[in-house]
Amino acid sequence: MSRAPSGRADLLVVGAGPAGSLVAREAAAAGHDVVVLDAGPRFDDEDRTERMAAHLRPDEGSPWPRDPERDGYTTGGRPYPLAASRVKGVGGSTLAWHGMAPRLRERDFELRSRHGVAVDWPLSYADLRPWYARAERALGVAGAADGAEGPPREEPYPMPAFPPSASDRILAEGAEAVGLSTRTAPNARNSESYDGDAACVGYGTCRPVCPSGAKYTAERTVAAAEAAGARVVDRAPVRRLRVDGDRVTGARYTTPAGEHVQEAREVVLAAGGVETPRLLLLSATGDHPDGLANSSGAVGRYFHDHLFAGVGGRVDRETRQHHVGFHTTESHAVYDEADPVVGIKLEFLNDAGPTPVGVALSDGSWGDELADRVREAYGGHLAVGALVEQLPDPSNRVRLDPETVDDAGDPVPRVEWSLDSRTRRGIERANELQRRVLEAVDADPTWTVDAETTGPAAHQMGTTRMGADPAESVVDPDCRAHDLQNLWVAGSSVFPTGGAMNPTLTIAALALRLGSRLADRLSGERD
Amino acid sequence: MKLSRRDALAALAGVGSASLAGCSGDGSASLPVDSLVALAETLYPSAASGHREFVETYVDGRTRGRPAEREALAETVADLNGVAREWYDSRLPELSRADRDSLLHEVGVETAAPRRDGTLAERVRRVVDDLLYAFYTSPTGGELVGTSNPPGYPGGTASYHEGR
Ligand SMILES: Cc1cc2nc3c(=O)[nH]c(=O)nc-3n(C[C@H](O)[C@H](O)[C@H](O)COP(=O)(O)OP(=O)(O)OC[C@H]3O[C@@H](n4cnc5c(N)ncnc54)[C@H](O)[C@@H]3O)c2cc1C
Ligand code: SF4
Repeated sequence: MSRAPSGRADLLVVGAGPAGSLVAREAAAAGHDVVVLDAGPRFDDEDRTERMAAHLRPDEGSPWPRDPERDGYTTGGRPYPLAASRVKGVGGSTLAWHGMAPRLRERDFELRSRHGVAVDWPLSYADLRPWYARAERALGVAGAADGAEGPPREEPYPMPAFPPSASDRILAEGAEAVGLSTRTAPNARNSESYDGDAACVGYGTCRPVCPSGAKYTAERTVAAAEAAGARVVDRAPVRRLRVDGDRVTGARYTTPAGEHVQEAREVVLAAGGVETPRLLLLSATGDHPDGLANSSGAVGRYFHDHLFAGVGGRVDRETRQHHVGFHTTESHAVYDEADPVVGIKLEFLNDAGPTPVGVALSDGSWGDELADRVREAYGGHLAVGALVEQLPDPSNRVRLDPETVDDAGDPVPRVEWSLDSRTRRGIERANELQRRVLEAVDADPTWTVDAETTGPAAHQMGTTRMGADPAESVVDPDCRAHDLQNLWVAGSSVFPTGGAMNPTLTIAALALRLGSRLADRLSGERD
Repeated sequence: MKLSRRDALAALAGVGSASLAGCSGDGSASLPVDSLVALAETLYPSAASGHREFVETYVDGRTRGRPAEREALAETVADLNGVAREWYDSRLPELSRADRDSLLHEVGVETAAPRRDGTLAERVRRVVDDLLYAFYTSPTGGELVGTSNPPGYPGGTASYHEGR
């Protein structure tokens, strides 16, 4: 395929993950010329099962190729595992994602007003509500509106929910004993065939790869954008944005064959929570010495993620783990509590403990001895996980590291990140509840992921935060850079705060909203 | 518990070779099937049966259209048979189950990491791992260790919520 630029496009989108592809699809469907550039390759559908096999074999690493030359990074403070927390390629990180697709809760938009901490969003849940419904259709979410405690919905999920698992039923006994309500976990995964894609067939390897195509990946949206006329170019990392006064004129990008400039009337950055601020910082000019869109100094700052907390144990019952690879039950029971003010979403795992093939290929033995060990290692596991909120802090940030450069000689991103005491308390609170649930069903705890051993959930947020005040934020409530007329951002980098819900449904809702507004704006410009 | 052709096809589907598995039968001539079946009898738990059909279908599907893979497999098995002859005066198919087990230990397979161009132990480990992968991602292999729908096998979305 040719990776040479098109003529001046109506819209240039940087990044072909869910954020970029949804914006592109909306604008292309309205008849505009859209070009999408992605740094990574296109992955063939045909290889999906082999990728799964590679994942199931211990020591084969990620099934999605990583390129340390292209994707170098450094860290300061608590090491942030960036390589494992994103995928570069058409489809973006949804190639590897788990597919859990909840909405944020009303409280998440109002932390300052309700609790005097962090900031409010410049939008409310009610503003986003119709876009959430569209996002659920775009991603194909299976769910049930069975949670008593909101947030309010206006229509059913596009697909019926996956029923609760055998282990959910055991853990629900524990949750009830502890006084925690439970609800169905919404999944961006086909519980029946949806829009031409197959229903889930239970490979059980959703994260990091679904061979059947039942799990949503943004490849679906890319295909829809292309069908609507968008041009999507892979292996085309954008190196710099070009500006003239307060307008972006286009982007310089490289391809395996050389370097090009794509010009465009409107530009959307959708390169993820680390590369989006990095590109703004790299694109500094004499007029914008601290980077583009950075008069507030907030570009790259307020980096936050969700923290994983979990406790696992074993029971002398059949728990049917790893039949499927996704969660079916969660609890929001303590999410809105204020001591501490930290959102906590509890999740009942369906993939606790080792897989049979994982044990078989790492044990060394064979025959009856191996089968005994696999049986012993596999059965009876239960676990309760959690996502725990981290409030934004300006000293947690993505900056450029001039000491280390990537394959094009550009400074790599440096992620400086640490955990505050509030987040730690949230993790401890989650652990306490998790232990109580397991104890209530007589499970012997075998492992805990606590405040020391926790890790991020691969949700990079906050680095181009949205706000009404240009002195405090990077983009306005429409997701347009305060400083530039035609530069927009899609993705979780615009989240002022992130609650404790997986971010992608909210990313999709904001992207659809942005795509639709850009489509109107471009139509206005054309008239 | 009897392994079946369906088990092998399931395992094949789980390594991305499903489309090739339909045409099993021809083309398997150069595969050392007897020796691979003998290996599988040692590697799989004694409760399993039906090795021949399972191994034949799986290995044929797995290596079809990949001549280098087929050749490497044949060479590794030939080398292992060479050692078996030297140390036990017989090839794998003629050895008792206990002797095959000892042979694998003596070659160092238990502690070797799988490697295509490695030492004999590492190459044999690769073959062993592939046969174990096939078994533990198949429904019958799963059943023997407590799951009817092991990861890698598309066993549907009913079994996870059935049961007590
Ligand atoms: C293992 C894992 C599990 C996850 N599970 C969940 C989950 O269950 N639920 C959930 O909500 N979220 C989950 N996530 C997070 C989810 O994947 C992301 O929120 C989502 O993909 C972000 O969408 P995006 O389009 O903003 O960015 P991405 O999907 O990361 O896409 C960004 C794209 O931009 C491209 N790019 C980067 N730099 C450039 C450049 N300079 N030029 C051109 N292109 C560029 C990249 O190649 C990439 O394709 C998970 C993530 C991981 C890694
Ligand atoms: S369990 Fe996961 S990997 Fe398997 S088909 Fe369903 S969505 Fe895909």
